[in-house]
Amino acid sequence: MNAIQTALETRSSSLLDVEKIRADFPILGITVNDKPLVYLDNAASSQMPRQVIDRLVHYQTKQHANIHRGVHYLSEVATSEFEVARRKLQHFINAREEREVIFTSGTTEAINLVMHGYGRKYICAGDEIILTTLEHHANIVPWQMLAEEKGARIRVVPVNDAGELLVDEYEKLFNERTKFVGVTHVSNALGSINPVKEMIAFAHARGVPVLVDGAQAAPHTAVDVQDLDCDFYAFSGHKLCGPTGIGILYGRASILEDMQPFKGGGDMILSVTFEKTTYNTIPHKFEAGTPPIAAAIGLGAAVDYLSGIGMDAIAAHEHALLKYATDQVQSMPGVRIIGTAGQKAAVLSFAVNGVHPHDIGTLLNQEGIAVRTGHHCAQPVMQRFKVPATSRASFAFYNTLDEVDALVAGIRNVQKIFT
Amino acid sequence: MADYKSLYQEVILDHNKKPRNYGTIECPSHHAVGHNPLCGDHITVDVVVDEGRISNIAFQGESCAICKASASMMTTSVKGKTREEAETLIQEFLAMTTGRVPHEACPHIGRLAVFSGVKDLPTRVKCAILPWHTLNGAFNAVGTTSTEADADPMQTPIGDA
Repeated sequence: MNAIQTALETRSSSLLDVEKIRADFPILGITVNDKPLVYLDNAASSQMPRQVIDRLVHYQTKQHANIHRGVHYLSEVATSEFEVARRKLQHFINAREEREVIFTSGTTEAINLVMHGYGRKYICAGDEIILTTLEHHANIVPWQMLAEEKGARIRVVPVNDAGELLVDEYEKLFNERTKFVGVTHVSNALGSINPVKEMIAFAHARGVPVLVDGAQAAPHTAVDVQDLDCDFYAFSGHKLCGPTGIGILYGRASILEDMQPFKGGGDMILSVTFEKTTYNTIPHKFEAGTPPIAAAIGLGAAVDYLSGIGMDAIAAHEHALLKYATDQVQSMPGVRIIGTAGQKAAVLSFAVNGVHPHDIGTLLNQEGIAVRTGHHCAQPVMQRFKVPATSRASFAFYNTLDEVDALVAGIRNVQKIFT
Repeated sequence: MADYKSLYQEVILDHNKKPRNYGTIECPSHHAVGHNPLCGDHITVDVVVDEGRISNIAFQGESCAICKASASMMTTSVKGKTREEAETLIQEFLAMTTGRVPHEACPHIGRLAVFSGVKDLPTRVKCAILPWHTLNGAFNAVGTTSTEADADPMQTPIGDA
């Protein structure tokens, strides 16, 4: 099937009115180096629709005060809107209770919270923590810090040449010392979608809790923490069309209640004397200090926006973009796709023979195309595939087939310059 | 605004494709390894200084086109020069690529002015200056240098996700 036929089929199968959606995103209209912006760095951070921007403006102009404190009007409004946002996030991931939804600064802080609150309390010398080759540094380094502190050991699930986790090997890593599993739902560097539900069931059958890093999954697929049956699920607002500085840690209530606090301060206490402090109930126990209130409310608006489009429609459109891009790029001589898992999110990591990724990034930028180049905070993945770095195009629901064509033309131009 | 076309111009592409003085020297009087930990690029620089003059120089390593061309042109520029002349050129190159001094105000920069456009690409400045950092490290008997060293004029991190 040629590219045009594929394109026609893809265009007709898309469930989204992409042009209408793009009109919601003011930034997509800018030019870069006199070319229309082609924004293909969504795995790093997505753009924000006007609905979210307007919500932030409305909050700052009409509703702002500190929360959970004053009895005055604005404090009550801000508190109420903040808690409404928590409920929106609860429904977005289908958590049982809103107190299972903790606002953090992002995925990184969410994972660090679990490391401090759960890991430091329950993981001891000689215990083992299972991670995978596909983890972002954010789900490696905190556990290494814990392992060093406690004398625990990290075990790593390998991947095959396609970038798929070897589930048999994962199962073989379990023993009586296994105390925790951390696994990414979707690889940020390769796009592989991991079989987390099966992995969680296997761990639970052995009494081992599981944290899922959902930073790359939440923006692209419907997440149901009850269906996954995970103990923790972490993700970031700014990859979900929301603001930076806000993220979510979902935790099973029974586990959160037994965990020790991560940060001490205001809002996380019930009473303080110099003799003894009594901690607040969850989720407040884990939300010390004044949170990013506007960002949380903005994230609430962002998940409303995404839910309005429909996560299934978003996933279908992104899958069509990925298929179209993969078909085109894999047929280009001298270009190698890194990460060819059977189940993939809309991430296309690639290497061009004889051209360093940073040169590719600069030359694509000349054409107004934003891709990510580097190790993607996943150096173990780079080592596994024996590349120092890759170029990564990552798609969102507002990207178009024309933008994929621009990427392909851009790669051809790079090859032409370097021949 | 950056003129990218002038950055990836023929002379840079040519030095990337056919780097001059590429390799190692058996018994260098000065040697250093340079790392750019943000992108994993690394190069080695070997120098022979004979009676105060650079009689031979070579470099080797894995890097992007900007870094490799910069290294290649550095070797051809400093070969035959005195160490002091080379050190002056290092300072001029760093001043030009970090945008502190326009290339017109760098009396010794000559055709290295092709790298002046890199000042508008903060994430690429380090690629251009890595070889020069490394040469400076070799002169000062610093075995390993890094674009993240304290002396680095550009501390712009390359972000990640």
